[in-house]
Amino acid sequence: MKYLEEFQDPELAKRLLDDIHATTTQPWAMMEVCGGQTHSIIRHGLDQLLPDGIELIHGPGCPVCVTPLEVIDKALEIASRPGVIFCSFGDMLRVPGSDRDLFRVKSAGGDVRVVYSPMDALAIAQKHPDRQVVFFGIGFETTAPPNAMTVYQARKLGIDNFSLLVSHVRVPPAIEAIMTSPVCRVQAFLAAGHVCTVMGTSEYPALAERFEVPIVVTGFEPLDILEGIRRAVHQLEEGRHEVENAYPRVVCDDGNPIAIEMLEDVFEVVDRSWRGIGMIPQSGWRLSERYRPWDAEARFEVGDIRTQESSICRSGEVLQGLIKPHECAAFGRECTPRTPLGATMVSSEGACAAYYLYRRLQVPPPSERVPVGAGAKDEAR
Amino acid sequence: MVTESISIEPLTSFEGWTCPLPLRDSPNVVMGHGGGGAMSAELVEHVFLPAFRNRTLGGLGDSAVLEVAGARLAFSTDSFVVRPLFFPGGSIGDLAVNGTVNDLAMSGATPLYLSAGFILEEGVEIAQVGAVAQRLGEAAERAGVQVVTGDTKVVESGHGDGIYVNTAGIGVIPDGVDIGPDRARPGDQVIVSGDLGVHGVAIMSVREGLEFGTEIRSDCQPLHGLVAAMLDVTHDLHVLRDPTRGGLATSLNEIASSSGVGIALDERALPIPDVVADACSLLGLDPLQVANEGKLVAFVPPEKVDEVLAAMRAHPAGAGAVVVGECVADHPGMVSARTGFGAERVVDLPIGEQLPRIC
Repeated sequence: MKYLEEFQDPELAKRLLDDIHATTTQPWAMMEVCGGQTHSIIRHGLDQLLPDGIELIHGPGCPVCVTPLEVIDKALEIASRPGVIFCSFGDMLRVPGSDRDLFRVKSAGGDVRVVYSPMDALAIAQKHPDRQVVFFGIGFETTAPPNAMTVYQARKLGIDNFSLLVSHVRVPPAIEAIMTSPVCRVQAFLAAGHVCTVMGTSEYPALAERFEVPIVVTGFEPLDILEGIRRAVHQLEEGRHEVENAYPRVVCDDGNPIAIEMLEDVFEVVDRSWRGIGMIPQSGWRLSERYRPWDAEARFEVGDIRTQESSICRSGEVLQGLIKPHECAAFGRECTPRTPLGATMVSSEGACAAYYLYRRLQVPPPSERVPVGAGAKDEAR
Repeated sequence: MVTESISIEPLTSFEGWTCPLPLRDSPNVVMGHGGGGAMSAELVEHVFLPAFRNRTLGGLGDSAVLEVAGARLAFSTDSFVVRPLFFPGGSIGDLAVNGTVNDLAMSGATPLYLSAGFILEEGVEIAQVGAVAQRLGEAAERAGVQVVTGDTKVVESGHGDGIYVNTAGIGVIPDGVDIGPDRARPGDQVIVSGDLGVHGVAIMSVREGLEFGTEIRSDCQPLHGLVAAMLDVTHDLHVLRDPTRGGLATSLNEIASSSGVGIALDERALPIPDVVADACSLLGLDPLQVANEGKLVAFVPPEKVDEVLAAMRAHPAGAGAVVVGECVADHPGMVSARTGFGAERVVDLPIGEQLPRIC
């Protein structure tokens, strides 16, 4: 496969870094939106190579992390029901609900299966017409089209024993929420390249204009990320605030029109809660009227499950870029990938897990950090 | 295996609670307990070690080292539950032989005899059992060991997954050889014998719906010949490990913990074939946490490293041997890696099973 090693070339990286160092004259804070970018930055140690003044704030773009506890609890409830085959992407199995996770449901006899494609879940439904098959449809605009395809096909083929538990979220309303926060420190965005592969870039010029913030569509390999940072620094230094595409080998301005058409058919925009952040207006999708019969939440009557989140977990502040993961006193103590308090510690794309996995050597001991409870999450934020 | 604490670094010292305690997070066995990572280690530490308490077991090497009538024997056992039973480059029969042979070889032993226990599920075709037995016999012959005792049990349909195999083996350790997971010292050079992650990716490639275009063959092979070639050069090998389940990351973390040393890897030196790197990138897995079945990692004093490397490269099972890092006095109990860009990161052991990422 090409497009991997070329974009990890240390020599080329050095040229981009030299440019960034030469261009930077003052401190700047920019947010990489996507968890995949966070993982890559920490995995390769890119932030250690930037000028001291360039701060990367890790954004809310890990789909596993922002899925609300209450949706996880709904998934656990459905997966525990007799006769149900509950299908999910692998990393959702370890996400803790209120009292257990999908692994434990599985060990208690639940039929929980890891699939690599949502369409695999539909195939399982066809193979087991006597069972109820549910797919856990979470994620951003990136995963929404394949998830939409499952119910589109289920409707077309009349597969009634399939349903989708939907908790989809959209990036542009999150950017808006971050920028309107009174404590916002973000001066530029590295937009999530794969989200733009689907949706294009048309949603961003209005945001760049309104908040006077540069938005650079950025990929995921080390060179992609450095190029995104380089362009953002140039814009900031020159006082520009434009939408730039630094990932043109994958992203075109119009996105994927066929996928967008399907999303508009299958989903409708709703207000959606984000784990650790709270309600963001118009930030999610649910199944549209036409596809409502395939909505697992209605089929299994779990709509009234409501759950409060941990009060000592500061993932909300991490997701908004207000603190770095290790600045939370629970980091690495009460909260580890084994015993996660919040979802940012669960997925390897989560900022806290990325710091735990790759950064423990540089993290100060707990005695030098803020005690648990200080600055706990403001629910209204 | 992790003996006391995963790390003595202050941040994670809370991991070292005293046994026996109930597993803190799950009252039931979950798949992660079989993943070879932190959860497996905790199961051993909190359930099995307290129940079987003895010094030999406490060493937690790949095999136990026993003094019997003046001779030193290596003794080891392993169970095999792989699906599918036959895969590119091997079968459950090959694994059952090579897995146990390699565990013995990691204490420097010459493997001699194996047992084979079969747990068969009602309804499995006899021809399939025969095919597995055939492959197991052939693998034993190739490895120069004999299967000298065995057992068969049948469980009801639905209570097993076709065929499970357990093997145990014994071998003799040559005089003057003292290899163990607690013997790594700062300055030791860390050698791996060849490409990493191949077996795990080969297995993933033949499981449902995961094909990568090119066929990837498991690296399943016996390693005692390679170990003998290394011992011919010097008996002063400190640690040997075959990084199977949980991958190189797990083996190195266990060694760092047992020996109380830090391990510093050079990421660019790691022999990860393109196909493994690509498959892992696609699935969101770490190649260092993916299983190998025919590779070893060796900790060798610096003055011996050239000779040992040359001997390894002259052996077919070690042709790709390279130095990937060294033991350091810093960050004891932890493994770090210098990235291709010159930054430093922690290399952790997996928690439970490796989970493909959502996107």
